[in-house]
Amino acid sequence: MLLVALILAPALAALGAALPARRAGRLAWLLAGTALHAALLVATWVTGPAAAAGGWLAFDPLGGLVLSLVSVLTVGVATYTVGFVRPGDPRAGRAFESCLLAFLAAASLVAVSHHLGLLWVGIEATTLATAPLIYQRDDPHSLEAVWKYLVVCSVGIALALLGTFFLATAQVVGGVAGRPLVLDDLMRHGAGLHKAWVRAAFLFLAVGFGTKMGLAPLHTWLPDAHGEAPAPVSALLSGALLNCAFLGVLRAFQVANAAGEADFARPVLLGLGLLSLVVAAVFVVRQDNYKRLLAYSSVEHMGILALGSGMGGLAIYGSLLHMLGSSIAKAVLFLLAGNIVAAYGSKLVQDVQGVVRRLPVSGVLFLLAFLAITGSPPFVPFMSELAILTGAFRSGHAVLAVAMLALQAVVFIGMGSAFLGMSLGASPERGPPIRERAWQVAAPAVLMTVLLVLGLHIPAPLQRALAAAAGSLGGVGGGP
Amino acid sequence: MTQISDFLLLAIVLVNFALLGATRLSTMIRAVAVQGGLLGLLPLVLHGGPSLHAVGLAVGTVAIKGVILPRFLTWAIREAALRREVEPRIGFVGSLLLGVVAMAVAFAVAARLPLPPELARPLLVPVALATVMVGFLILTTRAKAVTQVVGYLALENGIYLFGLTLTEQVPFLVEIGVLLDVFVGVFIMGIVVFHINRAFDSLDAEQLAQLKD
Repeated sequence: MLLVALILAPALAALGAALPARRAGRLAWLLAGTALHAALLVATWVTGPAAAAGGWLAFDPLGGLVLSLVSVLTVGVATYTVGFVRPGDPRAGRAFESCLLAFLAAASLVAVSHHLGLLWVGIEATTLATAPLIYQRDDPHSLEAVWKYLVVCSVGIALALLGTFFLATAQVVGGVAGRPLVLDDLMRHGAGLHKAWVRAAFLFLAVGFGTKMGLAPLHTWLPDAHGEAPAPVSALLSGALLNCAFLGVLRAFQVANAAGEADFARPVLLGLGLLSLVVAAVFVVRQDNYKRLLAYSSVEHMGILALGSGMGGLAIYGSLLHMLGSSIAKAVLFLLAGNIVAAYGSKLVQDVQGVVRRLPVSGVLFLLAFLAITGSPPFVPFMSELAILTGAFRSGHAVLAVAMLALQAVVFIGMGSAFLGMSLGASPERGPPIRERAWQVAAPAVLMTVLLVLGLHIPAPLQRALAAAAGSLGGVGGGP
Repeated sequence: MTQISDFLLLAIVLVNFALLGATRLSTMIRAVAVQGGLLGLLPLVLHGGPSLHAVGLAVGTVAIKGVILPRFLTWAIREAALRREVEPRIGFVGSLLLGVVAMAVAFAVAARLPLPPELARPLLVPVALATVMVGFLILTTRAKAVTQVVGYLALENGIYLFGLTLTEQVPFLVEIGVLLDVFVGVFIMGIVVFHINRAFDSLDAEQLAQLKD
């Protein structure tokens, strides 16, 4: 029941939020819906419900971690939305709150699906729920962004559907027992699956869901969508949506692993990951739009996740921890970028100077989040990247580890030169500091605190969940 | 039953070529509507006759892919009052030749695929693969936004065809979910197409190239 409620509660709240004509009413639905979902999620972690709906829905640590991340970010984005005033035609934003809640429902479906067909339906639904969010203003650029997003992601995900069908064929041809396309049965009878079909399926699933995750070479929609969307949507896209697709890739990896095809699957993930890092490093340098810069940083971190998953062992644990840390840091950066856009009226690096003086709270948080995302201690991403690198050296991927460090250094320089200039620098003729409203900075401040606390100490329950999730992917849990 | 299904599959192949050779947008939309209708009839004649599952799927597919979505796209291009030519990046003859190549590749690949005897219908898998490739061809070689929606639909039709080899493995709920996702997806794309026209005075996807680094 809990599993169904996790999906239904935000879905019903989405319908409710479509009713009120006044924004205050819709915001109340949004806040109530996300809070209820978070409460249900806590109850799910505590009780650990059994699989429901004939094994189609189940709660495991891996899905639970992704859903918890989505839930935390959605609550943060919901509170930020209260203080966020969209520019342009107010009528365009009527469905805003409904779409956010619909996304939460779709993401919950993705996280608790243990049927790969249902998982596909959920991931496509996350695309559809977020598309109207990107197109908020009547301007050609946001139209172009939403068009690319829809076409590139829909085509990518169509490939993943073909991959899903291939997996069903692998079951038929292999003549194995078990319910079709149910994850637990696929894994239990993995050895009997037809090898060639499993390989084809993994390729299509990795490329298909990888497109949605923002992995190169099909990442092209991502900078446009993240760059043009309103701040809360950019935060949600980069922090939550990409990780739903990452979960899709990991599910495919779990099946390939169980089928004894890990040696085929790993190089695919390593290749996609490394290519994403290279693309990000090339485009981050000399990027003059700071929202696009953050978007390319998302490509970089998705690449790191793919690399870590492909290396195996401790690096998988590092990947999962990095998913939490980098996503939270990226969401904070996008939310704060929204405050900066509102204050300066420009998305160009050259137009923004002295944020720390002009917007004291946002400016300091922006600097801290920049340090966090680039892997500086004492924040979580430092710990997770350390785990990935340690895992890489232990599993004999020393060359890849060095390449990863070098590319990250390039990204660090690119981001650093832009963000340090924006944050510090003189604030010429821009007037006195602006008083920031609590709604604008509360969520980023809380999320940064989470990053700091987790960087210093990971609580035992989270550590257990991470270790269990890494174990389900053939990795080992890491100590602190 | 096998004869009817083979006839339907051959008709789908012909529609693929009609899509590639169409010079007018309305022809393309009509062709993809016919393809959707043919697809909808297939579950009725495959797997030894109509079951409740097959009938439900057929009704849903014909309604959505054969009637509603094509009507909606026709509405979108009429309201947008755009020019009716297809404007290919590769000429029509070239497109048709590539279509023939895709067909040959599909048959060659399908002949090598390890399929169990009950799934190894001579035509179903190659036609599915060919339709997927034709969908890709349209997506990449036709400039207008509407034609890309048609290409996406053809791609989905090909994948759906492959899924028909697996009716026992892929449950009804998932098939309906997939259909619903395609429906909503194309619906949103249609709305965006409509807005693109207002913003750009043209539905040329090449104009959608302002965002770059």
